[in-house]
Amino acid sequence: MHVTELVITVILFALVTGVGFWAARWRRPPHLHSLDEWSLAGRTFGPWIGWFMLGGDLYTAYTFVAVPALLYGTGALGFYAIPYTAIEYPLVFLILIRLWSVCRTHGYVTPADYVRGRFGSPTLALAIALTGVVATMPYIALNLIGIQATLQVIGLNGHWPLIAAFIVLAAFTYRSGLRAPALIAFVKDVLVYLMIIVAIAYIPAHVGGWGHIFTVFNAHFTSVKPHTGLLLTSSNQAQYATLAFGSAAAIFLYPHAVTGVLSTRSRDVVKRSIAWLPVYSIVLGLIALLGAVALAAGIKPLASGGTANTNTIIPGLFESVFPHWFAGIAFATIIIGALVPSAVMSIAAANLFTRNIYKEYLRPHASDREQAEVSKVTSLVVKAGAVLFILGLQPQFSINLQLIGGVIILQTLPAVFVGLYTRWPHRAGLLAGWAAGLATGVAMLYVTGNPAAKQAHWGGSAFALSHLGFHTAVSMYTGFIAVVVNLLVTAIVTVAAKALRVPDGVDETAAADYYTDEADLPTQETEVIAA
Amino acid sequence: MSADLSPPVPRRSDHSPWNYLLLIPVVLPLLTFLYNSATPRLFGIPFFYWFQMLLAPIAVLASVSTFYLARRGTRRPGSAGREG
Repeated sequence: MHVTELVITVILFALVTGVGFWAARWRRPPHLHSLDEWSLAGRTFGPWIGWFMLGGDLYTAYTFVAVPALLYGTGALGFYAIPYTAIEYPLVFLILIRLWSVCRTHGYVTPADYVRGRFGSPTLALAIALTGVVATMPYIALNLIGIQATLQVIGLNGHWPLIAAFIVLAAFTYRSGLRAPALIAFVKDVLVYLMIIVAIAYIPAHVGGWGHIFTVFNAHFTSVKPHTGLLLTSSNQAQYATLAFGSAAAIFLYPHAVTGVLSTRSRDVVKRSIAWLPVYSIVLGLIALLGAVALAAGIKPLASGGTANTNTIIPGLFESVFPHWFAGIAFATIIIGALVPSAVMSIAAANLFTRNIYKEYLRPHASDREQAEVSKVTSLVVKAGAVLFILGLQPQFSINLQLIGGVIILQTLPAVFVGLYTRWPHRAGLLAGWAAGLATGVAMLYVTGNPAAKQAHWGGSAFALSHLGFHTAVSMYTGFIAVVVNLLVTAIVTVAAKALRVPDGVDETAAADYYTDEADLPTQETEVIAA
Repeated sequence: MSADLSPPVPRRSDHSPWNYLLLIPVVLPLLTFLYNSATPRLFGIPFFYWFQMLLAPIAVLASVSTFYLARRGTRRPGSAGREG
């Protein structure tokens, strides 16, 4: 047990808990009894808060521990998160302002709300909502893995610290809604930047310099894993590029990312936040390199449940090189880093249930207040579910599900992103494309094994094209192939449905709705009070 | 900042020639053959790694320039100069 680290972690955690509860009074709303107030903080965030909020939301604790762990475990291929997070913002820069405008005009809270309004199909909206929930749940669970890996290094091995942390998180999210993670994001990000600047300034020199680090890194992969290494090989370059691109296209389809975007005040705020968000990717690049540093420093992963948990290498590296008090700050940072996205994800998943299942099918006339109450309670259920995931199942199962999550959330791209630009697809086409994309995606993941981990199925997101009968060693990102299938089926079924005159849904949005801005909206009561 | 008093444009659009700047950070990372090399090294870091770390600042530069350049001349009254 590392007492100093534990004490510092507990103090910082207590500070953040206070911030989380106090957040209910921040930018004081007249009340929190509507989804707009509880789950979108009144849609009033400006560029600074928007930037911190989205950064805190998208760069999770899992990112901080898993990205370097990936470099440590797989070499060059594990660096894909860097091009991925450089592509994602420029890619969605123009798309998200249209999504923001149409959602603001019609009061949509979830991506599925938008799909329902655009394509006039509650069934399609249900499909989009369920996909979002299924993709989000294991994501929350993975954040717990980030916390667990840190607690393991501190020396706390039981389940109770994890459960206690999540009960606290659930309580302040219930009370303060999106305001809690938004305010905590400031604390989190200051700590993250502090931790990384110190880590990068201090550790590499301590370990023998970058030249030495990469010599060890290269030697390790040449001797241990000849198929991967310091650079990409001829067979995994296509996989690397499609994985980076596919992940970049997928991230803003996740409900929690949409929640972050919709909490902002204007199109300008969306653009400015998105334009500056790659600053976080600079930090992520530095964090990723720590994976190579850990290898050179001889950090070995701790075992959990009989298997080596590579996610412990970053906490392990900090423990071995930092003084105790600073290791404590770093550990607290990782744990707090898990709280922000977990809170937003649980809010987003709860909203999907409330808007696209409860209100759609159970209580069509539910008031704003009732919807907010349902979402608040559902957010507790979602978090409890994520904890049960971790306690009841092998961590590997959550990782597999997360892998599937990335592939399936990408299958909502035709309805959500393509739908923002054209109303051409027929609702039947989108539904068929979604189903085809899901089926092929999951089937491809199933047949992919991982010989190194002795897994026959769910072994990774690199689909070997040899499965299709091609004589090649080339692999591609499963999600990318699945979304291509999805788009093709959507197009074919759309043509067929239109030829057969199958009735299409009614589009409740107008062309001008996609350009609505702050100035077009009536001044809100909340803004007056916030000022 | 002085408010632009020209009347609102009747038909709105997000089109701007500056938007094409966004293609640079989207396409460049996909061209793996450009950077899949160990040399030249920078502070001992192989090219593959330090080049890709440059992609994030390139993305910031491209999207921030797009934002400010595309906004010039298209600003409407009411959306000017509000900070926070």
